[in-house]
Amino acid sequence: MSGLQIVFLIVAVVTLFSGVMVVASRKMMHSALWLILTLLGVAILFATLQAGFFAIVQVLVYIGAISILIIFTLMLTRRVMDDEHPQVIKGWWLPAVMAVILFGLIAGFLATWEDFQVMLNELPADAENLAAFGSALVNPAGYVIPFEVASVLLLAALVGAIYIAVERKEKVG
Amino acid sequence: MIPLSWYLIAAAALFCIGLFGVLSRKNAVSILMSVELMLNAVNINLLAFWHYHTQLQGAGQITPQVFVAMVFIVAAAEVAVGLALIISAYRRRETPVVDEMTLLKG
Amino acid sequence: MSFWRDPIIFIIEWAKGLLAGIGWGPGWATIVGFVIGAFVLAAGAMFFVVFLIWYERKLIGRLQDRFGPNRLGPWGLFQPIADMLKIFTKELITPSGVDWIAYNLAPVLSVAAVLMMWAVTPFSKTFFGVNISVGILFLIAVGGLGEVGIILAGWGSNNKYALVGALRAVAQLCSYEVPFVISALVPVMLTGSMSLVDIVEAQNPWYILVAPAAALVFFIASVAETGRAPFDLAEAESEIVAGYNVEYSGLKFGMFFVGEFLHAFTASFIFVTVFLGGWRGPGADQIPVLGLVYFMIKTFIVYFALILFRGTNPRFRIDQMMDLNWKVLTPLSLVVIMVIALVDRLFASSADWLRTVILLAANLAILVVAERLIRRGVKTTRPEVGSRERPVASPDNLFIQPGSGAKG
Repeated sequence: MSGLQIVFLIVAVVTLFSGVMVVASRKMMHSALWLILTLLGVAILFATLQAGFFAIVQVLVYIGAISILIIFTLMLTRRVMDDEHPQVIKGWWLPAVMAVILFGLIAGFLATWEDFQVMLNELPADAENLAAFGSALVNPAGYVIPFEVASVLLLAALVGAIYIAVERKEKVG
Repeated sequence: MIPLSWYLIAAAALFCIGLFGVLSRKNAVSILMSVELMLNAVNINLLAFWHYHTQLQGAGQITPQVFVAMVFIVAAAEVAVGLALIISAYRRRETPVVDEMTLLKG
Repeated sequence: MSFWRDPIIFIIEWAKGLLAGIGWGPGWATIVGFVIGAFVLAAGAMFFVVFLIWYERKLIGRLQDRFGPNRLGPWGLFQPIADMLKIFTKELITPSGVDWIAYNLAPVLSVAAVLMMWAVTPFSKTFFGVNISVGILFLIAVGGLGEVGIILAGWGSNNKYALVGALRAVAQLCSYEVPFVISALVPVMLTGSMSLVDIVEAQNPWYILVAPAAALVFFIASVAETGRAPFDLAEAESEIVAGYNVEYSGLKFGMFFVGEFLHAFTASFIFVTVFLGGWRGPGADQIPVLGLVYFMIKTFIVYFALILFRGTNPRFRIDQMMDLNWKVLTPLSLVVIMVIALVDRLFASSADWLRTVILLAANLAILVVAERLIRRGVKTTRPEVGSRERPVASPDNLFIQPGSGAKG
């Protein structure tokens, strides 16, 4: 077992454990903090896949922006410090069984694929070709339309979020 | 030097954890967090297959990278709008718990 | 390689040779070298802070017509050491009801987030931690970790003032990330690479001469990212209680303090790296240690400007700060990046000096137009604030009656 494999196993176990804690912990704030750890673990998994750019973007977007936003919302929706009552629905075992069955199905289905056990070898250093990726995003023969649609989506999300969340003075009274 | 299967199994497990969270948690913010877990699992899968195809075909593959970038963008937009909706609903209904938002129940 | 031309690399090579001599393979020697290097850099940064604190207090003292520290040692140079000893020996008080992990993790994160920026910065031609291909993105991402530290501090210390302070601080940092990132894109665009090493190598001439408007936005945004005056609303000492670090004492408070000073210094050397040519200077290509000297001189000049900025500007109000960000800096940075992209593409085939001159002219034009527009928006007359009758602390009105206008 090589050093990289040991790193992978440790990171994967930490990521999955903190993922479980995200959905299992009773304090909302704790589950948000576990979420940060999960996202960091996923970023390290990206780095082991030699996708350094996406590892950094994962930290930037998910930890720097999304988890901060989530924590902000938790603080604004007040039941932060005093939520000791159960956070899951009464029949929580049913989703648990469904999730386990789904996991079994996915794993079993994947195991029938002949390349399932293939080894991921080390890529050459320039495999993550950022320049080609960037020019493909703005190339009319490439992905310019998804890129532009995504930009419009972000703009719409920005405007929409402000419009929804803004406090209207006359209604609050 | 890591088998592809390890990544796929880890991603599947993370996805199922997220699915469990979406189906079982009460708080709306919690549900959004579980959705984030599922999206992350998808991204692990996409990048694992990016690595696989790059090593198979010898050249850097662009399409998986574009997919991952799109997932990032959609996640950011979804969180921004979703959290704004939760805050707005909280202002009217005084609760972030989805079970208590029963306006249509009569 | 001679010792005098590049002492740092010389020592590293010597140490590697020593490890190889006792039978360690090159792989292990590299790992040990990285660990020792990281340790030396971090410890060096922590001791450097002692000097920075003295430098800043002395300068602020001079700006405010005082002497600053001048009792202990020559020019008061040992004063921060005495302060540090005092802070080391203080009792570590943990308030009741804190979240143990969050409370103790926060100071560590706030220093670590700053120290991680040192890992990718090229201090001279040969002396840098790692040259990652997305260096400038790494800087911004690590800044996000610092925000997590602030949130942890605010929430973990079980104090509503700390929580409010953390919310204010993080709102400020998140907002100022927008113009920071956009203006940092300009050097990336001009270089064609996100690696800081490449950005420094490509600066001929310095980018502040090519894109002064972007440099201005970057400088203001990075001051705001450090959370110092005039952007120190989060811990405005004279107005609110200290902000997110109100429940910390002793060494843990010291960590926040060190983190803040180190962040200011780090922000100035990032500005130097991105816009002032980093280690570049006459002869630095041949003699790398000269590059380190140039780098430090430039950094201290920028740091001096930062302190001048702090000492001479009054603190913003929160709405003024947000106005500055969303109504001035963000649109300005968007215009700058579009104009630079257009000009750079239009004159791609012309000579380098011509393109530089045109870019400079375009930037100056943007700055002049922006200045005119801002001046038009400034209100010269202020509405009367005290239109409602307010209680006056005079002897006939010592006790305010309920409902007598005390609401205003």
